[in-house]
Amino acid sequence: MSKINKSKLENSKLSRRNFLKVTGGAVATTSAGIGFPFIANAAKKRVVVVGGGVGGLIAAKYIAKGDSSIEVTIVEAKPDHHTCFMSNEVIGGDRDISTIKFGYDNIADHGIKLIQDTVTMIDAEAHKVMTAGGNTLEFDRCVVSPGISLKYDSIEGYSEEAAQIMPHSWIAGQQTALLRKQLEDMEDGGLVVIAPPPNPFRCPPGPYERAAQIAHHLKHNKPKSKLLILDAKDKFSKQGLFMQGYKDVYGEMIEWVAAADTGGGVKSVDTKAMTVSTDFDDHKVAVANIIPAQHAAKIAHDSDLVDDSGWCPVDLGTFESKKHKDIHVIGDASIATGMPKSGYAAGTQAKACAAAVVSMLQGNDAPITSYANACYSLIAPDYGISVVAVYKLAEDRASIEKIAGGLTPMDATSEARNREVQYAYSWFNNMTAEMFG
Amino acid sequence: MLNKLFLPTLFLSILGLFYLNTAFAEGASPSMLADTCLGCHGPDGISEGPATPTISGMSELYIIGAMLAYKYDNDEDKVDEIIEADLDFEDVEFFARTSTVMNRIAKGYSEDEIKTLAKHFSEIPFKNANQPANAEQATVGSELHETHCEKCHENGGSSADDDAGVLAGQWVPYLEYTMADFASGDRDMPKKMKKQMEEAHASSGDEAIRDLIQFYASQK
Repeated sequence: MSKINKSKLENSKLSRRNFLKVTGGAVATTSAGIGFPFIANAAKKRVVVVGGGVGGLIAAKYIAKGDSSIEVTIVEAKPDHHTCFMSNEVIGGDRDISTIKFGYDNIADHGIKLIQDTVTMIDAEAHKVMTAGGNTLEFDRCVVSPGISLKYDSIEGYSEEAAQIMPHSWIAGQQTALLRKQLEDMEDGGLVVIAPPPNPFRCPPGPYERAAQIAHHLKHNKPKSKLLILDAKDKFSKQGLFMQGYKDVYGEMIEWVAAADTGGGVKSVDTKAMTVSTDFDDHKVAVANIIPAQHAAKIAHDSDLVDDSGWCPVDLGTFESKKHKDIHVIGDASIATGMPKSGYAAGTQAKACAAAVVSMLQGNDAPITSYANACYSLIAPDYGISVVAVYKLAEDRASIEKIAGGLTPMDATSEARNREVQYAYSWFNNMTAEMFG
Repeated sequence: MLNKLFLPTLFLSILGLFYLNTAFAEGASPSMLADTCLGCHGPDGISEGPATPTISGMSELYIIGAMLAYKYDNDEDKVDEIIEADLDFEDVEFFARTSTVMNRIAKGYSEDEIKTLAKHFSEIPFKNANQPANAEQATVGSELHETHCEKCHENGGSSADDDAGVLAGQWVPYLEYTMADFASGDRDMPKKMKKQMEEAHASSGDEAIRDLIQFYASQK
């Protein structure tokens, strides 16, 4: 390898910096828009972060890192967190649920205060967050990353109670363990039904990765069983790759049925008779995974942060709510037009939002943002697929535009698919390190 | 006299405005760009593994070379064109390399953004992966490294100043993939490396690569 000289790179940067120094003074006097940095108030700025998931944790950390003088408090109801990512591998049986459980012990090391409590109201006018435990937290800016709530009533006969018999497993933890247990207990030859929700919902490829993971379990333990996906949609994320993978790995075990062929997917369930019904058919099931329609988490509704869609409209550069100033909404609950509701997306939204919050609290304009998504799905222990994207904010701020990215090629080699599994595990380790490290 | 002073000042003011505008149009800050990579490559670009490589502490030119190969799908003519058109790229060398997602991702970044990312990550110190290594194999690997690799991958493969890839402390699966790609021809290597790899293989057989990788893994 020839000896490489780096001085040119450095020189070009240096010369530009010097040039700016020379011209800077003249510019400041001729342009009204350029002023001196805002001199911060003596009082500490306070940020309250609602939710200790991907968005909340990463936003809190990046705000604390961006300006250590800002007092950052996270309010999270649960004492620990089960990640949704890799929860399908728990359901499939290759992963123990303890490996997706994380505590908040390291958060204090970042200078962040964590309060375990349930937020009952975010009062935009008063700049206060109220909790069930009687806390009232004042804020200069609030970052809300509450995730989703399930619309149980979107399917007749379904409810929070019914979910103990036909689990949704769409918020990881007890629901994940429950579905796993049912799959372990079911008899060989039974029917498993997955009912994926209509758009938009958390983790668009999730139901279809889950189908593969359940088939992985069935293939090796109950090979006479069958898996039916009764979709509320006519197409889905990574569809070509999933359909190819189902066939390659599981033959005829998985059948996907489009909404058009059932009059719109699962309409009702009967948890006593153990039946799942569409407009056309009733299916007697051994196990049913009913994933209902979704909207922003309850707290977003209670705090007037949602629009008619049930999700939270935001400025796509700062993630400041379009309904209430000084409140930012990120992650699945937000309408991040152009980006999927994925964990990785929530993480990069959190970073963009954190940079905006720090700048705005310092009295500066929000910076130019960058966003990305990387999403892996595991079809089998040696068979991974992915979708990735790099985004920029559109000039009119009406969308986050995908400027590059795409899917694993349909003709990827088996070696490449195997590597994608190992990169998926790395994604998991690095994402959780970003969150909980 | 007045003219002589006035004109350059005006000239500088206009140029200054131009520069500020372009600085603004340049876009996201280095950390804003780089932070979006960390969900896969780890906090501060230090990967938690098992396979995704640590990218911090790599040579700036090495990162640029990799990103351009990804971005242009190993189109050597195109990359050479880019290298020739930009003095900053003068010392970047093209080597074809395979990837799973990076060829899809690299297309999202301009040449200037690639420079920014490379500079950013090169300035963060590399941190060796915490992983087990086979001591016996690592000892053999250490000798192989000294004989065949040290000249370009200096300091036991830990240096970035040589502008070759940092090997010491990199994740084992990643090193295995890389070596498999070199062997299959999916990734190009410099002539000198090819010669050294052949010599290492001739002297130590199929275990040579395994032992070399264990040597790199053994460095904590």
